[in-house]
Amino acid sequence: MTLGVVVFPGSNCDRDVRWAAEGCLGIPTRFLWHEERDLSGLEAVVIPGGFSYGDYLRCGAIARFAPVLQEVVAFAERGGRVLGICNGFQVLTELGLLPGALTRNHNLHFLCEPTDLVVQPGRCSWLQGYGAGEVVTFPIAHGEGRYQAQAEQLRQLDDNGQVVLRYRRNPNGSVGDVAGLSNAAGNVLGLMPHPERACDAATGGIDGQRLLASLLG
Amino acid sequence: MPLFSARVLVSLRPSVLDPAGEATRAAAARLGVDGVSRLRIGKAVDVELEAPDAATARQQLELLSDRLLANPVIENWTLELRDGAAAEA
Repeated sequence: MTLGVVVFPGSNCDRDVRWAAEGCLGIPTRFLWHEERDLSGLEAVVIPGGFSYGDYLRCGAIARFAPVLQEVVAFAERGGRVLGICNGFQVLTELGLLPGALTRNHNLHFLCEPTDLVVQPGRCSWLQGYGAGEVVTFPIAHGEGRYQAQAEQLRQLDDNGQVVLRYRRNPNGSVGDVAGLSNAAGNVLGLMPHPERACDAATGGIDGQRLLASLLG
Repeated sequence: MPLFSARVLVSLRPSVLDPAGEATRAAAARLGVDGVSRLRIGKAVDVELEAPDAATARQQLELLSDRLLANPVIENWTLELRDGAAAEA
């Protein structure tokens, strides 16, 4: 079991993910530079938080064209597990692996605080360690985390069990309190909160451990 | 190859809240400019493009606008291909 962590110019949570996976849970991890195309030997890929390519144009808009992500799309289509955290979630929507878009927080604030999330794991392979309706605490750290989708599309996602994480108290104006979404097959998860920052007891809670530990199952 | 000049205007779709526009509208009142009932912020992207003819230039610019400059999930775009601005490179 080896986890790949994508590194763009401007990523800043790549090392946090590595620490959470390898340091806290013993999951072998290797970095994938954005120009790399070799995903051989990987069972899962994380697109971490940060400001890929400076978030120029729109968050995730330039990253979408990175060579490594062309391979990640093919990997996901073959059933490979992909996790996009924060900027990684924005990238997944720009790539079209997840529907909708993330826009500026309704109050314009950069929000950096713990948030309570209600988990509905459904088919999402990343969340099988959590109970339906369980409340977990992960920190958020974003200025553009307000999820947007057409009402009809949101209803379909909801009916299909793809709205796997919701804010208990919506901090940013996301429609439907959406904090995280899974694809229909359940192998791709995108979320604005940071599970990797809730893995080391030295820095707070460890509610995020089970998400990464799903790779060991 | 002829050089074409265009401006692409990108705006948030009317249904999408524009908090930056709302904050700017509030500042307008503080400046003493009352009566601003609507203020939405978008982007203007100026592009120069070489293409064999105007039809090809338009097709390339539309692709660029729809697939890169705007995200159609949340944004609309309009393309102004400058009439008579085509010049030999």
